[in-house]
Amino acid sequence: MSGIYFLIDTILPFEWTEFAYMKNALLAVLLITPLFGLVGTMIVNNKMSFFSDALGHSALTGIAIGVLMGIDNYLISMMGFALLFALCISAVMDSGTSSADTIIGVFSSTGLALGIVLLSASGGFAKYSGYLIGDILTVQPAEIAMLAVILAAVVVIWYLFFNKLMLTSINADLAASKGINTRLTEKLFVVIVAVIVTVSIKWVGVLIINSLLVLPAAAARNLAKSMRSYHFIAVGISLFSGVSGLVASYYTGTAAGGTIVLIAAVIFFFSYFLNRMRAKA
Amino acid sequence: MDTCKCSTQIRNLTVKKHDGVIIHDVSLDVHHGEILALIGRNGAGKTTLLKALLGRIPYTGSIVFHNSRGESIANPRIGYVPQNLVFDRSTPVTVGDMLCANMSGFPVWLGHKKEKLAQARRLLSTVGANPSLLGKRIGSLSGGEMQRVLLAFALDPKPDLLLLDEPVSAVDRKGIEVFYDLVTSMRAEHQMPIILVSHDLSHVEKYATRAALLDRTILVSGNVREVMKTPEVQEAFGLKLTGGVKQ
Repeated sequence: MSGIYFLIDTILPFEWTEFAYMKNALLAVLLITPLFGLVGTMIVNNKMSFFSDALGHSALTGIAIGVLMGIDNYLISMMGFALLFALCISAVMDSGTSSADTIIGVFSSTGLALGIVLLSASGGFAKYSGYLIGDILTVQPAEIAMLAVILAAVVVIWYLFFNKLMLTSINADLAASKGINTRLTEKLFVVIVAVIVTVSIKWVGVLIINSLLVLPAAAARNLAKSMRSYHFIAVGISLFSGVSGLVASYYTGTAAGGTIVLIAAVIFFFSYFLNRMRAKA
Repeated sequence: MDTCKCSTQIRNLTVKKHDGVIIHDVSLDVHHGEILALIGRNGAGKTTLLKALLGRIPYTGSIVFHNSRGESIANPRIGYVPQNLVFDRSTPVTVGDMLCANMSGFPVWLGHKKEKLAQARRLLSTVGANPSLLGKRIGSLSGGEMQRVLLAFALDPKPDLLLLDEPVSAVDRKGIEVFYDLVTSMRAEHQMPIILVSHDLSHVEKYATRAALLDRTILVSGNVREVMKTPEVQEAFGLKLTGGVKQ
């Protein structure tokens, strides 16, 4: 870790990198934002932004379950619950009884309400309200290592399964005709989303985690001409808003997560108008 | 000498949905090197039958596939050209992305391998599409262009069975002929078994070798010309003036 710190000091000899917590935050941002940019592309393509939002909300119930069970590391209970939650939503959607947005809306509210009720019952909600907005400055070196492992794993999965995922997202019948197990592909994607949302919620926060997933990809979609440019632009926007948001939040004394999302939002509107102008020209 | 040229044997196929029977006790053989036209009124279950063949819906009964050497295949490659592909037209997927994702394991988000692009270009020219379509987003294609891209997509890797669901609904007249000529040559060159779902009886008569009339079950099947003359087909398509006597 000290080697990496030294590297940061050498490359970025600024006031904001003097503090260890800022160095940690920078490393975490450098790992989380490409991860979100990458996975966000298919969340937007699959019209699942509401779904990932619901997963974020379910994290609150996951924390509550962890508190009730007396687990110190809420990550385990959060991830367990989010996976269960995600697969339940996906199973109810497969049954085709109600429209997708209704089903997700029901689950999303339930996840949030259950979390609030359980947490307030077990000794006051205020203690856990930090999870709502998150704090990237509290990230620890061990957690950074975990983020690096998750990023590496997702990149490998993205390398191996992306084509199947993309064909399934174009049209499931067409993908199935090529022998792709579309159910399994969809479930795998849902699991990836559940994992990355829950591991990052502590630092990004329940309220804005979804913006970070959706905004870079949504902006990239306005500009991209192919799948490759879509991915590279999404990851680029995500990285840029992450690092610049972190630095800006240091100098303005604002919450890092919110600042990052605001920058990404500005980029989105910029890309939107650029796209409109290009369409007219 | 191999006498059976069966490609697909459908036996007692029944599909139920929400307590209603959509298709019932369908038995049908498709042979190598034949174009079987599946005809019937709207809602007769034609698309349902195709979805069952694709394994997209639960059914009872059996579907067995054979290759051209008569060996049974557990996981057949099916080329499927849907009637009207429902997809998000604003997606940044290009024709090249779509074709390369199908032909290669190399993830298209990192780009395309040169040889795969060349292969996709050849495939497009085989189906009479302009190779310059490769760089276009699939949402920006015209109906005819999309139809050909879907056919190109269906033809690689070479399918054990080709399913064409009303392939001409969005294509202009000249495009229709090119399309059918192409399908006919596929049959001739590769002995590819083809199931064609169509409303247009003139196309069926001109291009299909056999026909089957479906209305929840197979009412008649056999040689195209003979099937066309049967009273069932005449009635289903309103070719026969049914009695003018009011009760």
